[in-house]
Amino acid sequence: MSEKEKNQESKKDAGKIFLEEVSKSPLTVTILAIVTGLLLGGLLVAGTTEEVYQAFNISFWAGIKTAAGAAWSTYRALFIGSVGNPGKIIDAIKGGEAAGIRRAFNPFFDSLVASTPYIFAGLAVALGFRVGLFNIGAEGQIFIGAATTVTAAIFIKGLPAIIHVPICLLAGFAGGGLWGFIPGWLKAKTGGHEVINTIMMNYIAFRLSEFLLRGPLKNPEGFTPVSAEIQDSAKLFRFFDSPIRFHIGFFIALFVAYLVYLFLFKTTWGYTLRTVGANPRAAKYAGMNITRSTVLAMVISGGLAGLAGANEVLGVNHNLAVAFSSGYGFDAIALALLGKNQPLGVVLSAILFGFLRNGAIQMQISAGIPIDIISVLQAFILAFIAAPAIIRTIYRLREPDHDIDAVTLHGWGGN
Amino acid sequence: MTTKASTVNNYQEISPTRRLTMGILFLLFAGLIWFLFARTVPAGVDTTFRMVPGGSDQQIPNWVFSSLPVLNILAGVSLCLGGYQLARGFKKRTNLVLGLVSGIFIFAFLIWATADGSLNLAGLIRSALVKAVPLTLGALSGVLCERAGVVNIAIEGMMLTGAFVGALVGSLTNIWIGLLAAILSGGLLAAVLAVLSIKYKTDQIISGTVINIFATGITSFLSAKFLQKYQHLNDPGRFPTIKIPVLSDIPILGPIIFQHNIFVYAVFIFLIIITIGLYYTRWGLRTRSVGEHPKAADTLGINVFRTRYVSVILGGFMAGFGGAYFTLGSVGRFDELMTAGRGFIGLAAMIFGNWNPFGSFSAGLLFGFFDALASKLAILKVPIPSEIMLMFPYIATMVILAGVVGRGHMPAADGQPYEKE
Repeated sequence: MSEKEKNQESKKDAGKIFLEEVSKSPLTVTILAIVTGLLLGGLLVAGTTEEVYQAFNISFWAGIKTAAGAAWSTYRALFIGSVGNPGKIIDAIKGGEAAGIRRAFNPFFDSLVASTPYIFAGLAVALGFRVGLFNIGAEGQIFIGAATTVTAAIFIKGLPAIIHVPICLLAGFAGGGLWGFIPGWLKAKTGGHEVINTIMMNYIAFRLSEFLLRGPLKNPEGFTPVSAEIQDSAKLFRFFDSPIRFHIGFFIALFVAYLVYLFLFKTTWGYTLRTVGANPRAAKYAGMNITRSTVLAMVISGGLAGLAGANEVLGVNHNLAVAFSSGYGFDAIALALLGKNQPLGVVLSAILFGFLRNGAIQMQISAGIPIDIISVLQAFILAFIAAPAIIRTIYRLREPDHDIDAVTLHGWGGN
Repeated sequence: MTTKASTVNNYQEISPTRRLTMGILFLLFAGLIWFLFARTVPAGVDTTFRMVPGGSDQQIPNWVFSSLPVLNILAGVSLCLGGYQLARGFKKRTNLVLGLVSGIFIFAFLIWATADGSLNLAGLIRSALVKAVPLTLGALSGVLCERAGVVNIAIEGMMLTGAFVGALVGSLTNIWIGLLAAILSGGLLAAVLAVLSIKYKTDQIISGTVINIFATGITSFLSAKFLQKYQHLNDPGRFPTIKIPVLSDIPILGPIIFQHNIFVYAVFIFLIIITIGLYYTRWGLRTRSVGEHPKAADTLGINVFRTRYVSVILGGFMAGFGGAYFTLGSVGRFDELMTAGRGFIGLAAMIFGNWNPFGSFSAGLLFGFFDALASKLAILKVPIPSEIMLMFPYIATMVILAGVVGRGHMPAADGQPYEKE
């Protein structure tokens, strides 16, 4: 790629300028980070496929071919699992049978369902980053948000859905918000670093949810640590019949993303928060209340994560089980950075991650590739996003004039 | 943290408010012992502590005493300590006395829980020591990295990788090579952490998160792909228990401390080596100076980058060794996500232990004790859910971090990338 760039640079001036701009653009780094991550993931798949080694024993080219084949079939399965099989979709539409069409489109909608908690959790982490806070506790906030939601959704009875659903969502926001408030308050009042405190809060949340699901919240009729099913009036509206689980939560998430955008960029409070994040000292001189900003940011951040939990309970699972949110909180860190901490960027990255996650389930079934490869992909992508210099070195990109969206955090000791 | 000056000040002298808070806290403990424990125990009931851990053939009689009088005495001692603290103050020994009073409280709890019953106290302590092993090794990894100014929240990921590599290589070759490979794999991940944080100046918490996500993914991926399919790849065996001659015959203490496999002994050895290394050698002085004030260290001709690389990679070796404990020292097999957050508790133990090796070990022991106790609660028929008990390490760490019981002294430049001018 770099050689091609060089050739073109020498040919045309207009092309040269264009390439230079492309090369400097942070979007280029983002896209190349994703592509490079996927390439490395393909290498990993090829490197762990036994047939590849057998083929290398026959001849070098056979080995390369089998390796490429293994990577190709993996990503093909990933695509079919996340978007759907184009052939089947066309056949189903031609067939005209409603159930068949639903089944053909199901992967696509299921990916959107998987994206929804990512949007909430990603917004939570991104909002924290904007204020210079590293909320590594989204995982625990999701748990607590889900627990408060499920409490409101089971024990409040006799309300119409139009009132019950907002109450449950609010309960989720409040639960997550409380779990964010504690580290936020500790940070503002005592200086205890939010990274350590949110990690600790994660584990307290795990233990608490285990306790709740073995005791007060446990389904009295069941034997496993799972809550009872929520009231019908608390379930989020689903657009299609089974098997499509696509529910209104996705649009709620988009709306919340828009609200976060308005809050951060169009209100005085948002401006204050961003100033505190960018330069706490300047914010202090300008008379901004750092304590209040820190606490407020952590409450909103925790609340957004709590909504992710609420969304899963009300829209997908309809009950609460131990350890139901596997890794959303940590993936959220990756996708907040991938989305450059912009609400729109977070939404797009969340959709990407949702498709990856959902596709990986299908990939595990049809291609026999363990679902955990998604974490490896995410780690690669996150590493390249966090250290863009790696991508710039590999592809010989130019340094940007200034790093617009560099995440500014503070060490353990400094304030 | 507030300003550095006040941190140091806090650390050395005891403010009047703290003296008062501590005094009230001691009195509170005394009150709790009396109200919760002494008043609810019927008179004339005995507490029985068995002093021989399981698997030992020592003949030690049970420790039997009458529950109520001892509880009253313990409450009285706490009361006196609280009174003295309020009147005169223990000054620099306040934290020591706080430890003592907390210990008395826990002991009183055990007496109350075993009133009219029996508990294997020696077994409990032995199990606390065993559970402290991975926590302490994780904490030591953190101490090495953070003393040089690099935050390592990837201990968990390094341990998980160490556990996996130890099991795999141990199965393919022998257990010692497996251990070596586990150590090296931790070092390799640490090298990635170091390059990201030192060379590319990535935020250290983000680099740590990258490694944690990567380690979770790659170990689960490879385990699902190979270890579950070919069982012989996941059968490394375990290090045998070694009885130290003479020492293991000491009554009570012998079976608790001197009948373990190499990991427990290694913890003691590493504790001594790292303490001496950090505080009594030129290398240690340089490492600490790089963690406290890299610019000053650089001015004096210390290579900040090299020092940090060395420390972080040593920390990785330590975490890899700690990870090997899970497969080669404890279970004898790799399970997905088997470290289950122990790396993060190790991080907590490091903070609780004030960024120094023996402090970390004490914190590890305390956390291990609560872990061990939680699993005994069901037997003791105590109306406290074990999940609540297991929250203790996390809550305690947050309390310590908030400076309620005296703030720790973290390396000043911890977490800050160094830019050479």
